[in-house]
Amino acid sequence: MADYRKMWEDLGMDVETHDQLCAVLPQAFGDVYLSQENRPEGMDYYNMVVADIHGIRPAELIEHQKKGGKVFGTFCVYVPDEIVFAADAIATGLCGGSQFWVPGGEKVLPTNTCPLIKASVGARLDRTCPFFRIADMYVGETTCDGKKKAWEILAEDVPVHVMNLPQMKRAKDVQAWAEEIEDFKKVVEEFTGNEITAEKLAESIKLINAKRAALERLYETRKNENIPISGSDALLISQIAFYDDPGRFTQMTNKLCDELEQRVKDGVSVFPAGTKRIMLTGTPLAIPNWKLHNIVETSGGAVVCEEMCTGTRYFERQTAETGTTVKEQIQALAERYMGINCACFTPNSGRVDDIIRLAKEYKADGIIDVNLKFCNLYDTEGYFVERAMKEAGIPVLGIETDYTDSDAQQLRTRVSAFIEMLNK
Amino acid sequence: MNYVGIDIGSTASKVAVRGEKEIYFVLPTGWSSKETTQIIKEKLKAEGVDVQSDNTKVVATGYGRIAVDFADYVITEITCHARGGREMAGDNLGIIDVGGQDTKVILVENGMVQDFLMNDKCSAGTGKFLEIMANRLGVTLKELFDMAQAGTVLPISSLCTVFAESEVINYIGEGRKREDIAAGVVDSVAAKVAQLSQRKNLPKRVILTGGLSHSEYFTKALSGKIGQTVEPTEKGRYAGALGAAILAEEKSK
Repeated sequence: MADYRKMWEDLGMDVETHDQLCAVLPQAFGDVYLSQENRPEGMDYYNMVVADIHGIRPAELIEHQKKGGKVFGTFCVYVPDEIVFAADAIATGLCGGSQFWVPGGEKVLPTNTCPLIKASVGARLDRTCPFFRIADMYVGETTCDGKKKAWEILAEDVPVHVMNLPQMKRAKDVQAWAEEIEDFKKVVEEFTGNEITAEKLAESIKLINAKRAALERLYETRKNENIPISGSDALLISQIAFYDDPGRFTQMTNKLCDELEQRVKDGVSVFPAGTKRIMLTGTPLAIPNWKLHNIVETSGGAVVCEEMCTGTRYFERQTAETGTTVKEQIQALAERYMGINCACFTPNSGRVDDIIRLAKEYKADGIIDVNLKFCNLYDTEGYFVERAMKEAGIPVLGIETDYTDSDAQQLRTRVSAFIEMLNK
Repeated sequence: MNYVGIDIGSTASKVAVRGEKEIYFVLPTGWSSKETTQIIKEKLKAEGVDVQSDNTKVVATGYGRIAVDFADYVITEITCHARGGREMAGDNLGIIDVGGQDTKVILVENGMVQDFLMNDKCSAGTGKFLEIMANRLGVTLKELFDMAQAGTVLPISSLCTVFAESEVINYIGEGRKREDIAAGVVDSVAAKVAQLSQRKNLPKRVILTGGLSHSEYFTKALSGKIGQTVEPTEKGRYAGALGAAILAEEKSK
């Protein structure tokens, strides 16, 4: 691991506090990841990315800034990266997946805010996340009330642009989203000083489509009876997708997929035959939140799919590449992004259809509906999800949890009991 | 052959033996599941059951199940309770288990666990809540139930044990009758257990297991809240251990 202290100091980070995070992460990663057997060789790349997650990529972003480029920090799968990359800027995910940052967020937010928001705000205010320090602008969205207010807090010391995501899916809402993307384009152009032309946008649409296609290819291998990659590893790749250079990520993920497809041909599985196939659905699992995957996969289950923002919601469906004018391209982007089914929409029956479809495609034996504590939207929608699964004859277990490990034993009991139930 | 089920709960550890011997006993879990496990091992030996012999199969369950280092199989309390419940009341039933730290609702259909639910990481609606309130009132659990039967329910509305405790303290401060407070405490637990149970479609037949399972007073209160009969069970506290012993036999065949 290279020494990045100087870089962190230059970023104005609280290096001493950040050291505490650096001290625990390798252990956590080792326990969950390196202990797995028969991992694909292609995981070496992602191991390296995680080992230096606050070093390698931040250094690249700083290099980009030195050349006059801008960095946009984003939080949500609805924000179109295509616009950012078309202006020769970089979009990156921000921190928000560890309990380490939660107390910092609780200093200013109500306790009954979801851990994702608390961790994000804490990471920013406590100056313990390089991505938050580097980003020239944060791009927020209106996917929940907690986030809407959090942007106002974050906007006090960094420019924030908030995209107003419609909450229904009528034709006029898709139009409204197209207008929001148009506005976002203007903001990005002004902020970077670079014009977004149809040629540039066509290029970045291809770039991001290729990234989604690589993830889709990865997930496709998990549909096989012999599962060539663990759910924990697939989750890690989904999480890294938010941070990594898209071109390199696509290349490395496709390389891994070559190996996985060979494994499928050879009938290699990382799980014993008959391991119960579990699909997760619900709130996002931001890096380094590996808790539930680890519990499932050390309790006799295999996670085969995530119907989550860190999962299928991120990569399913491509943006049409047929647009020749910026207007047509933005329309295509609006249609692609409005096809994502988030619980912030009403109604959101498309998500229930997605879950049933995915459960069949991935041959899931059971579904775990995961809710991050205090996420009212997904929690409430769980009512429909669980009812629809019952009607479809798919066993479902509802779980509510946060980033702490204090409920690990209780979760293990529920998950083990669920798997015992499926094994009968 | 002897088949041993050991259910290490948060408050009490239950043991059931089937086969050549038929033994049931319970002891407090205390502060160390490991130590309790050793005591169980010795106690069984004194009764003529050697857990390490090839003639004995052991299934461990309950929250301390991993502490039982001589277990042949480790199975969750959901599966074990369901198996024990079936033995007591047949293959189609609902089981409500009020334990020391968890309350479980298990639905069994044609002998299989169809669905289950556990309370969140909160002690409201569990034995822990009753224990804390009995301590606050300076009585034992048995006395709390006896007093409650003679009292009129005082409402305790807090969903959180800590806040509910301050409600009880307020009542004590106001000089309310202990019997009425006790009735309020039991009623509150019944309400919370009922609330959890009603999240699932309960079948016609529902039994209560766990430490309160023999209490007709509690099952009556619970039945009233749920709107259907919840049957008390004489050996309900052994449901998990009994199920574990039966599973030990089934698994080794």
